[in-house]
Amino acid sequence: MGRPVAAGGVARAVRTRPSGLRARHARALVEAGAYLGPSLLIFAVFVFWPLVRTLRLSFYVTDPLGRPAAFVGLAQYLRLVRPAFLNSLHVTLLFVLYVVPATILLALALAVLANLRLRRIAIFRALFSSSIAVSGATASVIFLFMYNPAIGPLNYLLQSVGLPALRWHTDAVSALPSVALTTVWLQLGLNTIILLAGMQGIPEEYYESAALDGATFFTIFRRITMPLLSPSIFFLAVVDTLSAFQTFAPFEIMTKGGPMDATNTLVYSIYREFYFNGQYGFAAAQSVVLFIIMLLLTVLQFRLMERRVFYQ
Amino acid sequence: MSDMAGEAASSPGPVRARALRRIQLLRAAGLYAGLSVVAILVVFPLLYALATSLLTAGEAAAYPPRLLPSGLRVENYLQALRQAPLPRYLLNSVIQSASVTLGQLATASLAGFAFAFLQIPGKQFLFFVFLATLMIPWEATIIPNYLLIRSMGWADTYQGLTVPFLATAFGTFLLRQFFMTIPKDLYDAATIDGCGSFRFLTTIALPLARPALGTLAVYAFLQTYNQYLWPLLITSNAHMRTVQIGIALLQDEERFALNVVMAGVVIVLLPTFVLFALGNRQLIRGLTAGAFK
Repeated sequence: MGRPVAAGGVARAVRTRPSGLRARHARALVEAGAYLGPSLLIFAVFVFWPLVRTLRLSFYVTDPLGRPAAFVGLAQYLRLVRPAFLNSLHVTLLFVLYVVPATILLALALAVLANLRLRRIAIFRALFSSSIAVSGATASVIFLFMYNPAIGPLNYLLQSVGLPALRWHTDAVSALPSVALTTVWLQLGLNTIILLAGMQGIPEEYYESAALDGATFFTIFRRITMPLLSPSIFFLAVVDTLSAFQTFAPFEIMTKGGPMDATNTLVYSIYREFYFNGQYGFAAAQSVVLFIIMLLLTVLQFRLMERRVFYQ
Repeated sequence: MSDMAGEAASSPGPVRARALRRIQLLRAAGLYAGLSVVAILVVFPLLYALATSLLTAGEAAAYPPRLLPSGLRVENYLQALRQAPLPRYLLNSVIQSASVTLGQLATASLAGFAFAFLQIPGKQFLFFVFLATLMIPWEATIIPNYLLIRSMGWADTYQGLTVPFLATAFGTFLLRQFFMTIPKDLYDAATIDGCGSFRFLTTIALPLARPALGTLAVYAFLQTYNQYLWPLLITSNAHMRTVQIGIALLQDEERFALNVVMAGVVIVLLPTFVLFALGNRQLIRGLTAGAFK
């Protein structure tokens, strides 16, 4: 409501008060519905209602079509304390631990390089962030061939510097790190972009006065760049953790959860239980656990890190 | 820093200036060399895919692995297009991604506009509802969604591939932020002059929000084109599969040689790289503005 027109508005409202107000209220509701309705409808049908149904399914045994057949209470959740599920939880956490710090550290190094004042640096910026255009599926196919023990370039590289060849994604020990490496590469583009933008947002004067005081590159990096970059790093820590939890395509394409469940993460296990084993109730219980873990993690990360983050 | 060095150098005489210039050139050359090595390492997987897609079948199976092709072999690309229904997959992916993009632009424009300009009872609560969708991982809802789409007979249809993704909280926030930069007085004045809110949205607000719309479009297209799990679940007919599923299947089949699979990979990557090249700056600006503001 702009000030200059208020008088006219009031006069009109007074003239038509009883029905006018109600009509205007009704019109506002209709208008709100027209604007917000499409989004709310999609959210209701494909986000909120399914979440309720997941919760409901987790208390049931289903028929082969996924319809609830018998109420079993917490039985599906009790199955979660068995070694198979605990293993997938362990694998998932390990995967997050492999992926998130490595991605952020590498991206930090790339962003420092991409932030150099050089001609044509834009080309390097584009190259460093190019993986943002690559999908999980195509990256997996490429890495699958790079890992190939017989004809892949990675083993050739290892052997040419005198290291033993690896079985990469087909060995129970190296399978999870292999998938993690693919995921780190995939996430590197977005991370570099965000950190570079963060660095460019730091005022030039800070660097100039530090340089005048004779600060070294590392002092400047530790005392100026890192604190001022902390909101971006915090943002990436949250985003990378959530997306590591949700990684699916590389596991499906490269390892299918194997060998010996070494890469059977929570999300892969959910997919396997309902899609192949028809265990909709059990898969739903795992989904609920995933939901709770991700919600807690987001909240925890905000709480823990917000205190140390320096906001300008 | 280098500018300051240059200025200081101009005073003490030509000999020292030349020496300093040479040091600077050497330093720049060293930096470029270092950057290039790092860049090659970072894009190695892409270089590997491109190089392999140009090898002959014999070269691709050779050990030690060849990295440089002996010629530009376009046959691999033709074979990839011929042997798998790759053109059909591409068509499906483009239809899916374009539909989702257009749909998200429409729904997010409407909702973002409402949050920025309209007086709505319970607006705070509704805004929280949008926010809440960001907290719910897609995997926690995927089983009921899969069952729902199948029971509606939408498996193997474009509706099944697109409808669940037609609304976006991220896009709504992005556009809301942008709309809020438009002075409220402008809206009030337009309304008084008899301009309806919808007309204000289409003729004034949307043209002003073009950068935000561009960011959302690039983001939505990339996201949808690169989807894997959802199309894997709800398409089983070869006619309705998308490229990401197609390329994974191609890789699985023994009759396809490595060079042909990599040609397929390059074909699949092409649309998103074109989009990345065109919308790079836009996307970066939009993503980073939303990241920590």
